[in-house]
Amino acid sequence: MKWNGWGYSDSRFLFNKKGQAEFTGKRYRLSGLILPSLKDWFEGTFGANLQHKSPATPTVNLSAVAPPDLNEPFVEDLKAAGVAMSHDPEDRVFRAHGHCLHEIFALREGRIGRVPDMVVWPSCHKDVEKIVELACKHNVCLIPYGGGTSVSSALECPREETRSIVSLDTSQMLNECGYCTGHEPDSMEFSSLGGWVATRASGMKKNIYGNIEELVVHIKMVTPRGVIEKSCLGPRMSTGPDIHHFILGSEGTLGVVTEVTLKIRPIPEYQKYGSVVFPNFQQGVACLREVARQRCAPASIRLMDNEQFQFGHALKPQVSSIFTSFLDGLKKFYITKFKGFDPHHLCVATLLFEGDRGKVLQHEKQVYDIAAKFGGLAAGEDNGQRGYMLTFVIAYLRDLGMDYYVIGESFETSVPWDRVLDLCRNVKERIVRECKERGVQFPPLSTCRVTQTYDAGACVYFYFAFNYRGLSDPVHVYEQVEHAAREEILANGGSLSHHHGVGKLRKEWMKESVSSVGLGMLKSVKEYVDPQNVFGNRNLL
Amino acid sequence: AASKTPRHPVLKKRDDFEDVLEERRRSSDLRYALRCYTPTLYKGLVPCKASMLKTIVLQSDHLQYVIKQVSSESGDSTECVAEEASLILDEMAHRLQLSTIRFFAFTLSKAFKRLFRSVCVNEEGIQRLQQAVQEHPVVLLPSHRSYMDFLMMSYLLYMYDLPLPVIAAGMDFMSMKFVGEMLRMSGAFFIRRSFGGDKLYWAVFSEYVKTMLRNGYAPVEFFLEGTRSRTCKSLTPKTGLLNIVMEPFFKGALFDVNLVPVSISYERILEESLYARELLGVPKPKESTSGLLKARRVLSEDYGSMHVYFGHPVSLRSLAEGKINRSQYNLLPRYIPQKPRVDTHEFLNDAAFRLVRIQEENMVLKPWVLIATLLLQNPDGLELSFLTEQTDWLRHLALAFGAFLDWPDHEACSEVISCSLALHRHLLSVSAGHVQLNVTDAPQVETTPEEAVFHRAVVVLSCASYRNQILHVFLRPALLAVAMQSANSNRKDDVYNCFNFLRNMFSNEFILCPGDSIQDFEEACYLLMKHGVLQVLEHEIVMSASGHSTLAFLCSVLDPFLQGYQVVCRYLCEETNENLTEKDFIPAVRSFALKLILAGRLKCCEALSSDLQKNALAALLRLKAVRKVKVGDQVTLKVNKIAVNSLEDTLGKSNVNQNSWCSSMAMLK
Repeated sequence: MKWNGWGYSDSRFLFNKKGQAEFTGKRYRLSGLILPSLKDWFEGTFGANLQHKSPATPTVNLSAVAPPDLNEPFVEDLKAAGVAMSHDPEDRVFRAHGHCLHEIFALREGRIGRVPDMVVWPSCHKDVEKIVELACKHNVCLIPYGGGTSVSSALECPREETRSIVSLDTSQMLNECGYCTGHEPDSMEFSSLGGWVATRASGMKKNIYGNIEELVVHIKMVTPRGVIEKSCLGPRMSTGPDIHHFILGSEGTLGVVTEVTLKIRPIPEYQKYGSVVFPNFQQGVACLREVARQRCAPASIRLMDNEQFQFGHALKPQVSSIFTSFLDGLKKFYITKFKGFDPHHLCVATLLFEGDRGKVLQHEKQVYDIAAKFGGLAAGEDNGQRGYMLTFVIAYLRDLGMDYYVIGESFETSVPWDRVLDLCRNVKERIVRECKERGVQFPPLSTCRVTQTYDAGACVYFYFAFNYRGLSDPVHVYEQVEHAAREEILANGGSLSHHHGVGKLRKEWMKESVSSVGLGMLKSVKEYVDPQNVFGNRNLL
Repeated sequence: AASKTPRHPVLKKRDDFEDVLEERRRSSDLRYALRCYTPTLYKGLVPCKASMLKTIVLQSDHLQYVIKQVSSESGDSTECVAEEASLILDEMAHRLQLSTIRFFAFTLSKAFKRLFRSVCVNEEGIQRLQQAVQEHPVVLLPSHRSYMDFLMMSYLLYMYDLPLPVIAAGMDFMSMKFVGEMLRMSGAFFIRRSFGGDKLYWAVFSEYVKTMLRNGYAPVEFFLEGTRSRTCKSLTPKTGLLNIVMEPFFKGALFDVNLVPVSISYERILEESLYARELLGVPKPKESTSGLLKARRVLSEDYGSMHVYFGHPVSLRSLAEGKINRSQYNLLPRYIPQKPRVDTHEFLNDAAFRLVRIQEENMVLKPWVLIATLLLQNPDGLELSFLTEQTDWLRHLALAFGAFLDWPDHEACSEVISCSLALHRHLLSVSAGHVQLNVTDAPQVETTPEEAVFHRAVVVLSCASYRNQILHVFLRPALLAVAMQSANSNRKDDVYNCFNFLRNMFSNEFILCPGDSIQDFEEACYLLMKHGVLQVLEHEIVMSASGHSTLAFLCSVLDPFLQGYQVVCRYLCEETNENLTEKDFIPAVRSFALKLILAGRLKCCEALSSDLQKNALAALLRLKAVRKVKVGDQVTLKVNKIAVNSLEDTLGKSNVNQNSWCSSMAMLK
């Protein structure tokens, strides 16, 4: 794993000597392939130049890591209990951050802030109970750690924390054979089950399997007050407010999730990608809304705007034969000339169907029929699959951008159907305007997709990136723009977060989002469960 | 508001003007009218057909919702209500046609060349507008002094290849059969003057305007002042339409709206004496085609020059920043109409005032405005040489206060003055080097004294309409000057209290942004201090030795208004009729004032102006010295005589020392 970037060390984008982009490694479909159009897209979109590099510090500067502030009696007791632990600087640095832009940017520059003083690896529920008990006894601060894929500053050590900070690593993955949970967040390769529960995660295929709150049957969590769990596995209960909902989305402020019982499903027999081209974003949104209304959404349905469609297109690998390139040309001709779609307005919905073969084909027809009513044209499996690929490699792409003065990130919201279009347009435009006002030299990439559909609305996902040459404090500019974008989202009827969570990054808006009484309720739970603030990551509240 | 830095109006930078008639005088009007017109459009949109627009409006969620609501309230079927909505829309909708525009381009070119020596436009403003049109939907907000205003606006936009606006016009035009339809085809849409509680009408109207704005088909144009100002003072803005054009932004349907204030100023107003008569109670002639034809006579007269200044586009988004919480609309579907909340209302009002202030500031003032001011202050006339001297003095004062004065640089002062006098010769008489308003000249043989007063008042009010154009420049310092006089104290607090009282009293008369009291006071202090009239110390305001003449002048600027308001107060105190109706108020005050004038107890003809009387009543109602009571279908006015009396006294105090100021003025002579 990389210490200052996303994912596996062997997998990364780079521009080779010929100036062509390629993706290294063997793990992904794109691995080892040349992406001939990425360079032009990259330079054209950001005004970036391959001559202007901003490389990262190659190795972690361990001397910059402050020596651990250990609570000796705690360490002694823990040793006696036989729990694995470490205060090696590399282990600590690795668990001191998530993947917010400012966190990665600082690491690339070799700047290291407050890091946990030690890391512990419990091996079972009993271990966790012991750790929490000792933490209470010796008053140390515990920060649960799952996959480290947070994008809400949730893993940052609070600056005001004076106690010894212990990172409690729980990264154990579910490895059942012959079944699946169906929960597939974009960070799936790296994130952990405990993390999903603690952040109210959402998966790409939630239309079939549900979001984490619908998947969970039983949770066991160790808190300073003791263990919280239900007494049975009943599929639904009327026993007052569901206590699971105190745990789901508690973001590590109440305890450590040690056991989760999830629904599992047989691995689907058949899977099929698909895509639909729409003449413009409005038509696309109208189609998705109709699909949601008829409740026939496939496992996944996403609508990318024009910019994101072009972005996806730039990731097309080198075509293997003249015939394919001829066919591509023909398709393009058909869509833009024959059907009269404006290449600067058209947008693409990507689809993923899952289930038994017959039903998938039937389902597919139903969705394509609806799309046709909104001027949508089926655009093949390939385009669909590439759309999903984008979401799995986007974080790797950010690392590439950061090598060439381009920084960016993604953020999300959920919004009622009737406001989707206005919110998308206003937020994108706000980003462009804010960048201009803050002296960003080149127009930013400001793009969105409708990434999940619900009965009552949609989840919208934004990508935002810009070329920061000429800015003295790019991360600050980035944060100001992102802040403005979030204000714009809230002003347009969007939620504070659909699945990224609040962490410390979005805490300031919590009161506005859930009302002060709502916030008071959450605070009183925290007060009861963890009066000493042992789980002191200061997220959420 | 107190913490804001004082405004420095003197530092204003304005654009240069180009005369658009110059080119018209050189080339063919016909070819010009038929030339290729390719306006820059908002995001390259193609303008939408009127019929298409109608369908969009009628099928909008908002209108459908209101139709259902009205239907369930009234018991009529929804089809029936929908039909009614469709009829309202037919009555209202514009039918913009390029051919009509071309017709106007031709005829107006001819007319403008006859009427005006020049029509000057700031081309930088046009360029800014061109930019603004492409970025966000645009709302054009011209000042309103004449019927000519919106014809001129469309004419200029056509000329500069800008998209033609759709213009909110009063229903009264519709009665002019042919002209009404012509205006409709040049982009006017018609709204009833009052439709108070008519939910359906409001829904159709607001949805129509919002649809045009949201889709960016055409800039929406309307007059913040609601109607033509008969006095050439800016009118207290109306917020109804402003609310409609702002709502799509509040509710997130638009990223931003560009509000473009436009200031249109005339060297001589076409309706000049018509307005004066109207203010004196001769009802305005109903708009009729034949009336317009009679207006042909006006074509043979010289109306000097005209200036149109396109102000900087004001971004609604930046205007609303921190003042409007847009998430207040999050919890209801946006098509359900919601009354604006108190804070939204405050914002609308504040924005409207600021926009009118921008209009005022960009209004071009001609030398005649200064002369008219001086002639009104000297009813017995002035020697030409002294007038020249005084005008020059006033010119420097006006410039020091930031007036946008169009004074020919290279000409001698006397030359400029004689030109102005010539253009306005019907208002004055010059004999043996003595200049006087044409007040004594009464050609008719058998005139009653009433008629003589009436005749004099027409001239005075016509002349006042020019002085009024510069009032906004002197207003704040003048309020301070009067306040210093009536405070009878140098203590800053006392002066401020008087200032605040006057400001409050006159806030229906002049454009005074609500809540800006402290800022206005500071601005007045700043200007007078800078001009060496006052010394403003920490707790005291002291007049400088050389400040007398300026203060005297400033006091007399407000004098007609002080006197007029006193007359209204005195009338209300002396009136014995318990059942004075609102309708009878104006004629009653008028005859009261007339009696005072005839008896020689009142010199000020401006007290006869119905505009002043209406404003005074509005102020008294606002200050709760008078109450409206509904009796049957009549509205009667209940007067709190003690309160009115005390207001009159306070106003009187402001006038007490008038004589001493005047004598110092006389000494100067």
